Amino acid sequence: MRAYWALFSGRLRMLLQYRTAALAGLTTQLFWGLIRVMAFEAFYRSSSKAMPLSIEQTVDYIWLGQAFLMLLPVRLDAEIRAMVRTGSVAYELVRPLDLYALWYARTIASCLAPTVLRCMPLCIIALFVFDMRLPSSPASAMAFALSMMVALLLASALSNLLNITLLWTLAGEGMAHIAQVATFLFCGMIVPLPLFPDFLQPILVYLPFAGLMDLPFRLYTGHIAAAEITSVLARQIFWTVALVLCGRWLLSRGTRVLVAQGG
Amino acid sequence: MTHIVVEKLVKTYRIAERRAGLGGAVRGLFKRNYRTVRALSDVSFAIGRGELVGYIGPNGAGKSTTVKVLSGILVPDTGTCRVLGRVPWEERVEHVRRIGVVFGQRTQLWWDLPVVESFELLASIYNIPAQVYKTRLDELVEQLGLGRFLDVPVRQLSLGQRMRSDLAASLLHGPELLFLDEPTIGLDAVSKLAVREFVQRLNAERGTTVILTTHDMDDIEALCKRVLVIGDGVILSDGSLESLRTRVSPERDLIIDLEREMPIADPDARVIRRDGLRVHLRFNPQQISAPALISRITARHPVRDLFVENPPIEEIIARLYRQQEAL
Repeated sequence: MRAYWALFSGRLRMLLQYRTAALAGLTTQLFWGLIRVMAFEAFYRSSSKAMPLSIEQTVDYIWLGQAFLMLLPVRLDAEIRAMVRTGSVAYELVRPLDLYALWYARTIASCLAPTVLRCMPLCIIALFVFDMRLPSSPASAMAFALSMMVALLLASALSNLLNITLLWTLAGEGMAHIAQVATFLFCGMIVPLPLFPDFLQPILVYLPFAGLMDLPFRLYTGHIAAAEITSVLARQIFWTVALVLCGRWLLSRGTRVLVAQGG
Repeated sequence: MTHIVVEKLVKTYRIAERRAGLGGAVRGLFKRNYRTVRALSDVSFAIGRGELVGYIGPNGAGKSTTVKVLSGILVPDTGTCRVLGRVPWEERVEHVRRIGVVFGQRTQLWWDLPVVESFELLASIYNIPAQVYKTRLDELVEQLGLGRFLDVPVRQLSLGQRMRSDLAASLLHGPELLFLDEPTIGLDAVSKLAVREFVQRLNAERGTTVILTTHDMDDIEALCKRVLVIGDGVILSDGSLESLRTRVSPERDLIIDLEREMPIADPDARVIRRDGLRVHLRFNPQQISAPALISRITARHPVRDLFVENPPIEEIIARLYRQQEAL
């Protein structure tokens, strides 16, 4: 455990240095959030039908989406990619460590660091300057926090899966694009999931992506009652475990076919 | 006691081929051609505890592949292999705990971290007790002269400094067996000597078994009593440098400095090179002994200086490779 912890915290500390990048990203996301809020307000005003998500809840949902954008498993780990390309991945295999756990620890750090850097300031600005509201109740806040923690593990499991495909693709941009489209669409980043057509709801709720944003965000806004936390966590944990197992299996196949690049 | 036993190791790679040009690229979308490359066709050898073995061969002969199989990174197609009593790829984690590896062309240090922080991370990875770590680190810092740049990020090190740090990194956990894959590649003369001296000491004093792959024959001559030569995935020769020399080519060179420019000829020796007044003659000692040749030459030519030399080991090896290719 000591080894994984040391690598995780080392990487986290390294990534927390990128404050300027976080600040630049923050500005973009503030504007992007504002535009999205305006667009949704226009939609809501132009429709007289009852919506499955109130406009206030939608606004919270949008701001949370901006705050936790960096959590989404849409980027490849640049270092793992470089290791696979140059063959330095050989050094990862001469360590007395479980390679999956090693990469998982790295990936959790790479998901956590930029999220931490951006979500705090963005939430504060959105709460005080724009129309974001606090969680609907203390219980909701607790449920949201718990669910977000599992979301981190889930996102990292997905990211890690993406990293593992590098053993076959080497470049990985293609896989990253597929992951990007699927994630953005099905986690609620583009349109909150409750606003999707009814016939899609049963599918969306059971895809792994809902656990990344939609479920915790709906806990925050009270759209899902805090009492339902166990069912939300169960779904998130199920997918996390399934994706970890899938990643482990893929990685063990990958290391068997491994061809170390460049002699 | 044998540390490494390798029997009939075979490893092939499947490489996707693409025909040249746009047409080839388009056809590649529908039908892929694969070419099988045999990196190892039949490799067997055994290495005992405390040996320092050189492992040489031309580029693409299978040196690195062998090292990667022995260190548990690659899984061979067929063949057996036991290293320190374990099958490397079956018990990888337990296996790598007891070996050290240096790939000269890559670094195992964290690029952005100061050297010493990389060492500390490795101490955590190998779960080295703090006291043991401290003693080993001090020892390695002293022997490899790392003191001056321990706090410098790895990306700012010179190649020589980086290689010495990499060597230290591979030994922090006190492995019984060390694989060095081209540890002197690209180094200047001073750094090369430092690395060689260190490896020699490590082998002599600690009894660490060392397997060294290199293209630098001076490394081999300075360090290895035993040399394995691999070519095209098979072991071509296994033995001392001397036996390799006599087997491949018993010839020697007589180098003479003449007093003045003049033609030179002898029935038992041939001129292989001439630089001004210096003439290189090659002869076979089984045909004519060195003293006999020398007295004959000095009787007929005014000679200022002379010495006898073995042909450079590079030449021997190159000849061995050519013999192999001709087969």
